[in-house]
Amino acid sequence: MIPTLHNPLQMASTQEIPSPAIVLAGLRRDFGDRAALDGVGLELAAGETLVVLGPNGAGKTTLLRILATLLRPSGGAISVLGCALPREAWKLRGQIGYLGHEPLLYRDLSGRENLRFHARLHGLEGAAAEARIDEVLAAAQMDRRGDDRVVELSAGMRQRLAICRCVLHRPALLLLDEPDSNLDAEGRELARGLIGPDAEATRVVVTHDPDRFLPEADQVLRLGIGERAAVA
Amino acid sequence: MTPSRAAFAAILGKDLRAELRTLQSLPAMAIFAVTTFVIFRFGLDRTQLSGDLASGVLWATLLFAAVLGINRLFVTEREEGGFDAIRLAPIDRSVLFAAKATALVIYLLALELIAVPIFALFFLDSVAALGPLVAVLVLADLGLAATGTLISSMAVNSRARDLLVPLVLLPLVVPLMIAATGATEPLLAAGGPGYERFGTWLMVLGLYDLIFVLLGYAVFDFLLED
Repeated sequence: MIPTLHNPLQMASTQEIPSPAIVLAGLRRDFGDRAALDGVGLELAAGETLVVLGPNGAGKTTLLRILATLLRPSGGAISVLGCALPREAWKLRGQIGYLGHEPLLYRDLSGRENLRFHARLHGLEGAAAEARIDEVLAAAQMDRRGDDRVVELSAGMRQRLAICRCVLHRPALLLLDEPDSNLDAEGRELARGLIGPDAEATRVVVTHDPDRFLPEADQVLRLGIGERAAVA
Repeated sequence: MTPSRAAFAAILGKDLRAELRTLQSLPAMAIFAVTTFVIFRFGLDRTQLSGDLASGVLWATLLFAAVLGINRLFVTEREEGGFDAIRLAPIDRSVLFAAKATALVIYLLALELIAVPIFALFFLDSVAALGPLVAVLVLADLGLAATGTLISSMAVNSRARDLLVPLVLLPLVVPLMIAATGATEPLLAAGGPGYERFGTWLMVLGLYDLIFVLLGYAVFDFLLED
C-alpha cells in the first residue's frame, strides 16, 4: 500500500514502502528516431541504493526523469513505490525528492522563501514548515545565508540549498543527478548527512564519480550508448 | 494531495513577491501604455476623443501592453525550473493555471490604475465614464488573463516565444476586443456616458470569460506534459 501523505513530516520510513521500491522491465525511451534508453530492467528493494553509471548521452538523466514522472516512457513496464508509471504518476508525486541539473530554485527569492514555497506545494505549512526549514538549513549549514537571494549565492551554496529542497518533505525516494556537483569537501560531507545512505530512503544516484558512490551501492546500472543496460 | 487553496496561494504569492522585487513586467507595461497615449495624442493631433475612436485608442493600447506581461508570465518557470517543481508536487496542475491567470489579472488591474487616469487626462473632458468602465475593464481583464495564460504556457518552450504569443493571442481575443470596445464606446460618447447595448456587451464579455476559463481548466494539465 502507498502511504497516505497528509503530513510530509510523518512521511514514510522505508518500512512502509512496498518492496521492491522500483521495478523496471524493458524500459525504452525514444527521442525521435534515437533510443535514449532501450531494454532497461532491474528490481531495487526499498531502502537500497542504485548507482547509475555511463558516458554522456547514455540516458542517465532520462532514466531519472522518467522515474520522477517528469518524462513519459516510450515503452516497457515501470513500477515505482507500487505505482505503475505513467498511469499512476499522480499517486507518486510528493514521495519523490528530485535533485537534477537545475536547482529548481527561484533566483529572486531567498533560500528560505524558496523552501517555504516548496513546503507549501507539498502540504507543509505554519510552524511545522518553519521548523523543518530551519532543520534542513542547519543541516546544510545554510542557516546564516538562508535569507539571501539565490542569485547572490555561489554555485556550491545553491547546490546545498537544492539538497535542502530535495529532502524538505521527507521523500521516500531520492533521485539524485550528480549530487556532489559544485560542492567542496565540506559540502559533500554535509550533503552525505541529508541524502547519503542514512537518509532512510530508497536512492537512485546518477554519477560520473564511481569511486565516490560505488561503496554506497547495492546495485549498479551501467548504461552505454546504443547498448543494452547491464545491472551488476 | 496538497489542498488546492494552499498551492494556489503559494504560487500566486511567489509570483507577486518576485514581481515586486524585480519589477520585470508591470513597469514595462505601464511605460508602453503611457508612451502610446502620448503618440496617439500627437499623432492624431487631438486633445479630446470620444465614442468609437476613444474606445479604440484605449483598448488597442491596453491590449498591446498586456501582451508584454503575457509574454513574460511563464519565463521564470521555464528558466528557473518552476515547471518541474510544480510537476513534482502532489497538486492539481490546474492550480498553476488559476494562480498565473490571477497574477495576470492583478498586473492588468495595476496597469489600468495607472493608464486609465492618464488616458482620461489626455483625451476626456469628463471622468463620469470611469465608474461604469470598471465593470468592462474587470470582465475584459478576466478574458485576457484566461486566454493569455493558456497561450503563454504553450509558447514559453519555443524560441520564438515573443513572436508566437501575439500571433496566436491576437486572433483569439478579437471577440473579446469587439465586446470591450462595444461596451466602452457609449460610455465615452460626446456629451456624457450612454448605456446603449451596454448590458449585452457585458454579457458577451462574461460568456467569453466563462469559455476560456473552462477551456484553461480542461486542457492545462495536458499542456504541462512532456
